[in-house]
Amino acid sequence: MNNFFIITLSALGAIFILLASVGLIRMPDLYLRISVTTKAATLGIGLILIAAAIYFNELGITSRVLAIITFILLTAPVGAHMIGRASYFSGVKLWPKSKIDDLKDKYNPKTQELLSGIDKTEEKNEHKDSN
Amino acid sequence: MSVYDFLYYIILPVLAISTLLIFIRFLIGPSLSDRVVALDLLLTTGIGIISIYSIYTDQPAFLDIAMIMALIAFLGTVAFSYYLNKRDKNE
Repeated sequence: MNNFFIITLSALGAIFILLASVGLIRMPDLYLRISVTTKAATLGIGLILIAAAIYFNELGITSRVLAIITFILLTAPVGAHMIGRASYFSGVKLWPKSKIDDLKDKYNPKTQELLSGIDKTEEKNEHKDSN
Repeated sequence: MSVYDFLYYIILPVLAISTLLIFIRFLIGPSLSDRVVALDLLLTTGIGIISIYSIYTDQPAFLDIAMIMALIAFLGTVAFSYYLNKRDKNE
C-alpha cells in the first residue's frame, strides 16, 4: 500500500515538474514563465517530498518534510513577485498579444511610486483650492 | 518491478529531462530576469532530485541538504531582484 502511494505521488510530482520546464521553454513572455514555474513546480516538489515522507515513515523526517514544504509555499510567491517587479521596472517587455497592462502610465520609473486614482483626484482638488 | 527500479529508471530520467529543458532556457534566455527565473527553477528541481535520491539510497540525511537548497534558492532570487532594481536606478 505504501509502495502504491510512493509511486503515484512521485510520478505526479515528476509530471508536474516536467510540465513546468516545458512551460518555461514554450511560454512567450517572462511574466507567463514566472507564473508557470511558481505554480507547477511548487506542487510537483510538494508531492515528491510527501512521497519521501511516506517512504521513511518517521516523525522526525515527516516534520522536516513539512517544514520544507511550508518554506517553499511561503517563499515561492514572494520571490516570484520580487523578480517580476524588478523586471517590470527594468523594462522587460510584455508579450505583444497580451491585452491588459494595469501598471502602464501609473507608476513613476524614477522614484518607483505607484499612482492610484485617489491620488489624482486629490491633486485636482488641491489645484482648485489654490486657484 | 520494485519501487527502487521505478524511481531509478522512470522518475529520475524525467527529472533529468526537465533539468535539461530548464538549462536550455537558462542559456538562451533573452533577458537577465529569465535567467534568474530559470536558476530558481533549477534549484527547485534539484530539491526534487535530492529527495528521490534519498529514497533510493535510504539516507534521510539528504533531506537536510534539500532544506538548505530551498533557502539558497529563495535568497538568490531576492538578491538578484534587489541588484536588478539597483542596477537600473543607477543607469
